[in-house]
Amino acid sequence: MNSLYRTMFFVPGNDPKKIIGAEIYRPDCIIYDLEDSVSIFEKDSARILVKYALQYNRPDCRVGIRINQADSPYYGDDVSSMVPLQPDFLRLPKAETAEDIKKLDVLITEIEEKHAIEIGAVKIVASIETALGVVNSYKIASASKRMLAIGLGAEDFRTDMRMERSEDASEILFARNLISLNAHATGIMAMDYVYSNIKNIEGFRADVKLGKQLGYTGKSVVHPNQIGVVHELYTPTIKEIESAKEILNAYEDALKNASGVTSLNGKMIDKPMVTRAMSILSYAKAAGMEV
Amino acid sequence: MDKGIIELINKIPGWENKMPYQGAFAVKPFGRMAGRPVKCVVPGKDKVLELDKVLDAVELKDGMTISFHHALRNGDLVMQKVVAAISRKGIKDLTLSASSLSLVQDALLPYFEDGTITAIDTSGARGRIGEFIQKNKLKKPAIFRTHGGRARAIESGELHIDVAFIAAPTCDKYGNINGVQGKSACGSLGYAMPDAEYAEQVVAVTDGLVSVPLEYVSIPQTQVDYIVEVESIGDPSGIATGSIRISKNPAELVISKYVAEVIKYAGLLKEGIIFQFGSGGIAISAAGFVQTEMQRTGIKAAAGIGGASGFLTEMLANGYIGTFFDPQDFDTKAIESLYFNSRHHEISASAYANPFSANPYVNLLDVAVLSATEVDINFNVNVLTDSYGKLIGAPGGHPDAAAGAEVTIVALPLLRGRLPMLLEKVQTVVTPGETVDVLVTDYGIAINPKRLDLYEILQKTSLPVMTVEELHQKAQKLAGVAEKTILGDRVCGLVEYRDGTIIDVVYDLP
Repeated sequence: MNSLYRTMFFVPGNDPKKIIGAEIYRPDCIIYDLEDSVSIFEKDSARILVKYALQYNRPDCRVGIRINQADSPYYGDDVSSMVPLQPDFLRLPKAETAEDIKKLDVLITEIEEKHAIEIGAVKIVASIETALGVVNSYKIASASKRMLAIGLGAEDFRTDMRMERSEDASEILFARNLISLNAHATGIMAMDYVYSNIKNIEGFRADVKLGKQLGYTGKSVVHPNQIGVVHELYTPTIKEIESAKEILNAYEDALKNASGVTSLNGKMIDKPMVTRAMSILSYAKAAGMEV
Repeated sequence: MDKGIIELINKIPGWENKMPYQGAFAVKPFGRMAGRPVKCVVPGKDKVLELDKVLDAVELKDGMTISFHHALRNGDLVMQKVVAAISRKGIKDLTLSASSLSLVQDALLPYFEDGTITAIDTSGARGRIGEFIQKNKLKKPAIFRTHGGRARAIESGELHIDVAFIAAPTCDKYGNINGVQGKSACGSLGYAMPDAEYAEQVVAVTDGLVSVPLEYVSIPQTQVDYIVEVESIGDPSGIATGSIRISKNPAELVISKYVAEVIKYAGLLKEGIIFQFGSGGIAISAAGFVQTEMQRTGIKAAAGIGGASGFLTEMLANGYIGTFFDPQDFDTKAIESLYFNSRHHEISASAYANPFSANPYVNLLDVAVLSATEVDINFNVNVLTDSYGKLIGAPGGHPDAAAGAEVTIVALPLLRGRLPMLLEKVQTVVTPGETVDVLVTDYGIAINPKRLDLYEILQKTSLPVMTVEELHQKAQKLAGVAEKTILGDRVCGLVEYRDGTIIDVVYDLP
């Protein structure tokens, strides 16, 4: 299993065929959805299906579960039945305040204690889907040590903001920027929003590129065909890897020789360059590339 | 194979010397090829006759063997028309030799029931004819041959055809036939060629009779004794499907991409590669991924071999493939390509795959990408029966291409519905595991242990390479252990390997 979260692949929790088949697309992470893709008449059967899937056929990748929102009647049962399965995280939709996260943290802790699970093992990913949530995104991101990532729920955010969807998603650019900024400010991951036009792969590709430019760590995806595109764009190229290696070698040489000044091909090497080079190599390693 | 079964088979007239399968290239042929009788046609003789009169002229009698090709696939009307006419004449006890039997041949059932046909020699059977075979109602077990194996049997005289009825999309009044013109065009007539060359008598059945000599000839007038004109030889919608395109099914695309990556990483994708891609969605999609890589690297294939579909003939037209050798066509685009593209060649089933010839085209293959109904942990492949032992397919060219290719890749989903497709033992062995190198599924890739060279290369890549046992366990974990299918105990079909040995048998169904 690699340690990346380039893709979080949503799978409806009430669809056995999709639950079983999801792993063949080799996403970095599968999110079993108990929320929007499951009708209110199937919330209980989805929990049972996801439970059996994780008990008997846990995929060889990271696993998350999207529970129902905090003010829904399914929230409590979702948390109490899913935490014992020890997913890597619960994804909370419509997180608006730090209190939403703290409340979930307490609940998870109770269940972890009850089931002798290491406290803090189950992380939280918060989906921010309202104007208030975006404004509070720093507080949400820093509300708990369990916080793994935050991301924008674009469709609900547009609705809340009375925005019309545009082809280039320019209307959500500010929120995307802010969420990425606050994720990095708090040292957690920024997970890019779901691009729902699954037929427009070229539009999707451009959108993934933009997300990467904005500092996102990976992208939530809803269709198998989107996974390869994200992995391709988030996996360093051979050229990037070679350049990163050169930078690190030059940096190490400088440290050994205590020369003080580090340069490569006439260019100064500074700390951010070194950090970026290390990040590129860790992505490459995690993606199974030889570095 | 059980010794008792072979002893039983050896008691059947004509099959006294049948041996069990001994290895892909273990049997060495001897003797000479058979041949048709010498003939003379005086100038001006009219070959065109009514069907009834032709049946008299060829002196068809009880117990003879009649043959047909299956290039009209599920649109064929010729078999029904001819057999109905034979039945009306009260002729009984015929052996039906067909290069394959599509579902449309369900219409022949009454002629099996009334004893007109009592034996079958084919590549495949399905539907009601398959059921008839598995009710054990034939006089002797049906024999299922590969495309190359059927050509071998004809040419060696093992399969002696008394009268070959050849569905002819276009035929001139002299007897020249092609499959590329006419309202019922079906493309290559490769599977009819051995019949035309070796049968005692050859009858063209056409709905495209023309009075001037054809400029494109698949089967020459020198082999054709009579011509029957009918209103229609087939339903065009069943003959050529619409173009087979790249799959849109994401799970199939996963498999196809793995196939293309196996080809790339194994070093097979080099200048001058010769390949065969089957006609299914997975194989065509794999060809699509290979084409993308060819586009990126500038590599060109020297040749494509095997059944042609529109995607492959587009690759040919666009220069990705140098030459195409084609025994059958699957769609309209491929048929047009065969007619108009001078680098697209029609070849006979014998040239394609007869193992007992100086060099069949399958021997040229660097890589063959084939499908499967089931595979097992010994890499044996079943393409004839389903998970319940029921006849649903045909060996076709599968064992031939697998034997000929340097690397044979078999691609299929690990599960279909809730049934595992990788088993401890396949229901029916059609292609022996020793001729299969790589098994590609959506859940992982297994490499035949005899190909350590491929394993060493591929396990270093990001491909999900695992042992076949691990893959088998995965299938069992997902679908559970399949209960053993209950079959009857009477042998109703022989599965012949391309060299004439018996690799497995088909049992009746209770």
